[in-house]
Amino acid sequence: MNAIRRRGCGAGPLLVLGTGVLGTLLLGAPARADVGQIKVARGQVAVERNGQQLAGDVGLPLEAADVLKTGADGSVGITMRDNSLLSAGPNSTLALDRFEFDPTTSRGRFDARLQRGTLAVVSGRIAKQEPSSMTVRTPSAVLGVRGTEFVVSTDD
Amino acid sequence: MTSRAPAAGPALALLLVLAGCATPQGRVVLLPDPDGRQTAVQVSQDGREALLQQPYAGAQLTRRGPQPYASSAQEVQARFGAALAAQPLPPADFTLYFVEGKDEFTDASKQVIDGVFAEIARRPVPDVLVIGHTDTVGNDAFNDTLSRQRAEVVRKALIERGIAADKVAAIGRGKREPVVPTGDGVAEPRNRRVEIQVR
Repeated sequence: MNAIRRRGCGAGPLLVLGTGVLGTLLLGAPARADVGQIKVARGQVAVERNGQQLAGDVGLPLEAADVLKTGADGSVGITMRDNSLLSAGPNSTLALDRFEFDPTTSRGRFDARLQRGTLAVVSGRIAKQEPSSMTVRTPSAVLGVRGTEFVVSTDD
Repeated sequence: MTSRAPAAGPALALLLVLAGCATPQGRVVLLPDPDGRQTAVQVSQDGREALLQQPYAGAQLTRRGPQPYASSAQEVQARFGAALAAQPLPPADFTLYFVEGKDEFTDASKQVIDGVFAEIARRPVPDVLVIGHTDTVGNDAFNDTLSRQRAEVVRKALIERGIAADKVAAIGRGKREPVVPTGDGVAEPRNRRVEIQVR
């Protein structure tokens, strides 16, 4: 009985140590909600976020669920936190549906959707770690990324 | 007039069917990998699939599924030139090396930092990611902490030299990404490093 109790208590310091290390790692990680940033913007570029429309200027930090829109003279290039590069041509709508990324393990999930227009993609660390973790959708197709550069459009 | 009508009916219907099937829903083209590695894109449309795995392999998206074709650099430029011209500069990589088991970097590595600042100056909205790595001596918990400490040392050095603190993040990858593959528990100077990515 005593032995059991002692063993039960013995786990205490281990748990504390475990929490301490985990706590340090979590607190030490940069607390950033942004999933990427606009690096290039030409002509008319807007970002829809939570029902609001923001100017898609160079330097704007991006969040998951943002939708980027370019006008007839517009184009936009973004770098995601996992180093994926996405760039859209004129009259394009690009939704960043889902982005999760653990920089220590490189594991995550990236789903982007080209609703209309043209898009160039260079995949990043998420797809390099696990190819099935990144998809690009169009209204009619799903593209699986195997560590790669490609272009995609939604009409001719 | 009446004699032509029966022929025109089916012909028109056939045209409409063909047009329906051929309604373009876009296209996908695999581009060459800059480092010459084997890459691929899997295209799926309602269970119909095409695997593009050669440079400039293309697929037209149609209601009958993806239709493979051979694209070209010229076609890609004509259709996707504006999107490609907006591509951000790829991240630029720099590497600093560390003294074994410590978070001090070697003297030779101090010069690399000058190159980092030159790269930062090239970019309109630079942000910097400092990634620490270790060799395989020690367990994950030890190496995750050590790699992060190494990254923090470099991050502080960059901030002291003028980079805004909110533009530079530090992370540790532990022993997960050695440049020189070794067994576990091997002291390897080339794996004790910090990468600086300017993007």
